[in-house]
Amino acid sequence: MTLIAAHHLAVRRGRDEILSDVSLSVAPREIVTIVGPNGSGKSTLLRALLGILPAAAGRVSRKPGLRIGYVPQRLQVDGTLPLTAARFLSLPRRRAPAEVAAALERVGVPEVADRQLADLSGGQFQRVLLARALLTEPELLMLDEPTQGLDQPGEAAFYRLIEEVRSRTGAAILMVSHDLHVVMAASDRVICLNRHVCCEGTPRVVSNAPEYRALFGHGTQGALALYRHEHDHDHTHDQCHHA
Amino acid sequence: MLDDFLIRAALAGIGVALAAGPLGAFVVWRRMAYFGDATSHAAILGVALALATELPVGLGTLAVALVMAATVATLSGRGWAMDTMLGVLAHSALAFGLVAVSFLPSVRTDLSAWLFGDILAVSVPDLAFIWAGAALVLALLLWRWSALLTATTNEDLAAASGIDPARERLILTLALAVTVAVALKVVGALLISAMLIIPAAAARGLARNPEPMALLAALIGAGASLAGLGASLAFDTPAGPSIVAAAALAFLVSALLRRA
Repeated sequence: MTLIAAHHLAVRRGRDEILSDVSLSVAPREIVTIVGPNGSGKSTLLRALLGILPAAAGRVSRKPGLRIGYVPQRLQVDGTLPLTAARFLSLPRRRAPAEVAAALERVGVPEVADRQLADLSGGQFQRVLLARALLTEPELLMLDEPTQGLDQPGEAAFYRLIEEVRSRTGAAILMVSHDLHVVMAASDRVICLNRHVCCEGTPRVVSNAPEYRALFGHGTQGALALYRHEHDHDHTHDQCHHA
Repeated sequence: MLDDFLIRAALAGIGVALAAGPLGAFVVWRRMAYFGDATSHAAILGVALALATELPVGLGTLAVALVMAATVATLSGRGWAMDTMLGVLAHSALAFGLVAVSFLPSVRTDLSAWLFGDILAVSVPDLAFIWAGAALVLALLLWRWSALLTATTNEDLAAASGIDPARERLILTLALAVTVAVALKVVGALLISAMLIIPAAAARGLARNPEPMALLAALIGAGASLAGLGASLAFDTPAGPSIVAAAALAFLVSALLRRA
């Protein structure tokens, strides 16, 4: 069973083809991470899967009635808009105060309920966004660079929280990231994207793929080091393909 | 009761403020101040066209404001910086409106009433038009409140929740055009965006959530209408600018309170 899938998806902005021939799928309880350099179309892919951007070719299919929780990349709330974290959690659907408090408690920031969204730290803000996404009891959680702007301990704590969410709620997770270091360890499957799918597979397979090394080669010693000690890779499991 | 021109003026001012306050909050949140300017300045062109074709003025301003708002909404994000494009549209709408008006001797003599409002001359039908328009704007905002607010916070989040941000923009555009048509008689084309922005800005510092801010903006606007009318009587000053001046003082007080 598949929750969401892209079939030969292409997305254009003007004449520019940002994504071409992207196929992927996410199964229940899976943690799938999309990695890729800046401008590789990672956010575009998430937004196309969500239906925010139209497909220029191919299509997106979802399990009927799929509940998605979405955590966008670096949300800016205008300073002219007064908005407490608690009120934000009630958008667009009204939630009971107890439900809001429980959601904030679950992500570890019960103290921010009455604080202005604009005054929260980066880490608190990401947790509030996650709390809002979890209120819909999602079967699929989509996160766009959720740890951007967090320091290393904050980043690690956030990924632990994500893992915890998966094991508690059973939600599948599709996230975009460029901090390979942590991501590789936490994912079941990694999709390496550079306007098309360069390679795909378990973290171990991807980190050994030549396409992946061509994209991330020298800058990712740490991420590769995580897997290099298991030098038993086997190319029959390697799903990498050139576009 | 409606026989008294002062009562009619007060009711007209309150009617405009009740719609302009909450809508103005969205104008402030979405940084649409110039958008309000462009739409309201176009109203002068609407007056000229309505009088030339002998249509009701309210209808003419509404139509031109709608066209202007739609033009701005369509052109946005097509290469020009938003503030440049709105600057061009706002001022050219005003200039073309003034040129068009110069062909109509009847309006020419009374131009300042269209530019700065003529609240003391509000008739009973005018009042009905104002309150009907204000009720329409408030009904639109209430109906779409949650979706509008979500789309204002973040368009992607809204889209992911099944809200179409483009549709919500259209609703605001429509509400803005109606408000302009309704407010023209009260504060005039030049000061309509002041009634949108100043009460909302004054309310910002006093509110911690969107709903109280919108409500406060309406109350501050209504208070400013009454205070401005009173000042206009006491000091024989023009009513429209006096109302805006009163709102500006409310903003000053709110800013000082926020500091304190």
